Amino acid sequence: MNRTLKSFLLHAALIVGAALTLFPLFWMLSASFMANGEATQFPPHLIPHAATLDQYRQLFTRLNLGRAFFSSAFVASMVTIFSVLFNSMAGYAFAKLRFGGRDRIFGLLLAALVIPPQVGMLPLFLLMKQLHLVNSYWGAIIPSLATVFGVFLIRQFMLDVPQELLEAARLDGASELRIYWSVVLPLARPILATLATFMFMSTWNDFMWPLIILSDQSHYTLPVALANLSGEHVQDLELMMAGSVVTVLPVLMLFVFLQRYYIAGLMAGSVKG
Amino acid sequence: MSAEARAAMLFLAPALLLIFLFFFAPVVAGFALSLTDFDLYSIGDIHNLRFVGLHNYRELTGSSIFWQAFFNTLLFAAAGGPLTVLGSLVSALLVNAKLTRWKAMFRTIYFAPVVTTLVAVSIVFKYLYHPRFGVINRALSVVGVPAIDWLGDPHWALFSIIILAIWRQFGYSMIIFIAGLQTISDELYEAARIDGAGPWRQFRHVTLPMLAPTFLFVGIVTAIGYLQLFAEPYVMTQGGPLNHTLSAVMLMYQQGFKFWRMGYAAAVAFVLFLVVGSATLVQLRFQRSR
Repeated sequence: MNRTLKSFLLHAALIVGAALTLFPLFWMLSASFMANGEATQFPPHLIPHAATLDQYRQLFTRLNLGRAFFSSAFVASMVTIFSVLFNSMAGYAFAKLRFGGRDRIFGLLLAALVIPPQVGMLPLFLLMKQLHLVNSYWGAIIPSLATVFGVFLIRQFMLDVPQELLEAARLDGASELRIYWSVVLPLARPILATLATFMFMSTWNDFMWPLIILSDQSHYTLPVALANLSGEHVQDLELMMAGSVVTVLPVLMLFVFLQRYYIAGLMAGSVKG
Repeated sequence: MSAEARAAMLFLAPALLLIFLFFFAPVVAGFALSLTDFDLYSIGDIHNLRFVGLHNYRELTGSSIFWQAFFNTLLFAAAGGPLTVLGSLVSALLVNAKLTRWKAMFRTIYFAPVVTTLVAVSIVFKYLYHPRFGVINRALSVVGVPAIDWLGDPHWALFSIIILAIWRQFGYSMIIFIAGLQTISDELYEAARIDGAGPWRQFRHVTLPMLAPTFLFVGIVTAIGYLQLFAEPYVMTQGGPLNHTLSAVMLMYQQGFKFWRMGYAAAVAFVLFLVVGSATLVQLRFQRSR
């Protein structure tokens, strides 16, 4: 087979694959701009004949999806800020500070990576009930504030921070807190960005725990609100597509802009520590 | 204690406390919970709680719905997992091929579904699968395939969810395969070529063995993820038709948070834990023996 033919077949396969991959997202976006009933007509419209924002208007006025958007943004932002802080502190300690039992504790944490989180959800709910955090944003936020994955990710990165740098700062009389804040954190900026991107996206997309802990519509995050809406509006295809766009688009945009960090995190997570 | 160790305790305290209190303790408590008859009455008054030993597990193994849920979950992971990994490998080979142009663009496109919200894309696929006006059936009707009730027919429902799962997940392992492929040095291929190996034998005897650690990682991660199937059936089928898409996590959710039979649901969760643990062990063992 000659080179040109090979290249043609290769790119044909790549383009077909890309079309299949993008089609559901394209169709979601396209149908969200259609009037009621247009997407189910025959022959089918793949592009709206007269694009309209009606579905979005309905979502944000009558159906109050703006509230869920705010909930999602708040929960995801809080998790992102605090998890970056707590995980970076712990990751730094595991990587660079000497203390008894360090490797044993870390090994124990790693074992947790194979425990499905659902195993603890029932007692976690009862615990949250005791703390009066059921149906509150903090109930959704707190369990994600520190994660084994986050600690692991930061530790792997910080192992490469030169010890001499820390020793030099210590000789200069800097406190441990100051070393962490002004020497270590600035060096770790790329991995902090990675973790932040990761945490924001996974919290934004999270479904099961918010579904359990947020029992009242006023606190629903987008995925929970959307699942709830889809039960009541089975016939309203165009409306549900608009709701899906509102939910998916922020993370998709974030990914497109921050994919360098996101993919770096993925790779770091896959390297066995 | 040295100043350094004292500082370490301080740095570790928030994360370890949170992980212990909101992860480890609930997991351990989950096992204890599974040995009780915790239900709606116990939520009202904890004194109604009784220790019942392995009663919940006995009840589970005697219930056909439990077997069905775990059968579905294992089938989903056993069929969907390898298909996803295969899709990932093929797409990684295509994207990473020497002749490929616009590599970054294809990589981004193939990866995009991974970051989408599962609930939202499940809704999108639910409409794509619609028996009358779904795009999939309409496309198939062009080539003369009669309409299929993808999510309503017990024979097709789980398969349809597997297709969605592959679509959403293959980009993840693709990225890791690409990273693995890039670590294989050109000299190995060069040497194979000199020995007269064609493209297929180079793939079989250089690429595949060199990717073995990647297969292990990707296999474990995919299996663990798939065994936790929940959002797709929750949104698309509610576990139907006739419980053919009911998953283990869904059973746990229904029993625990719909009917408040938390002791029973905790037993379901713990069995799931055992399944995930053994799946990991089997894969580690399998990989090591090769």
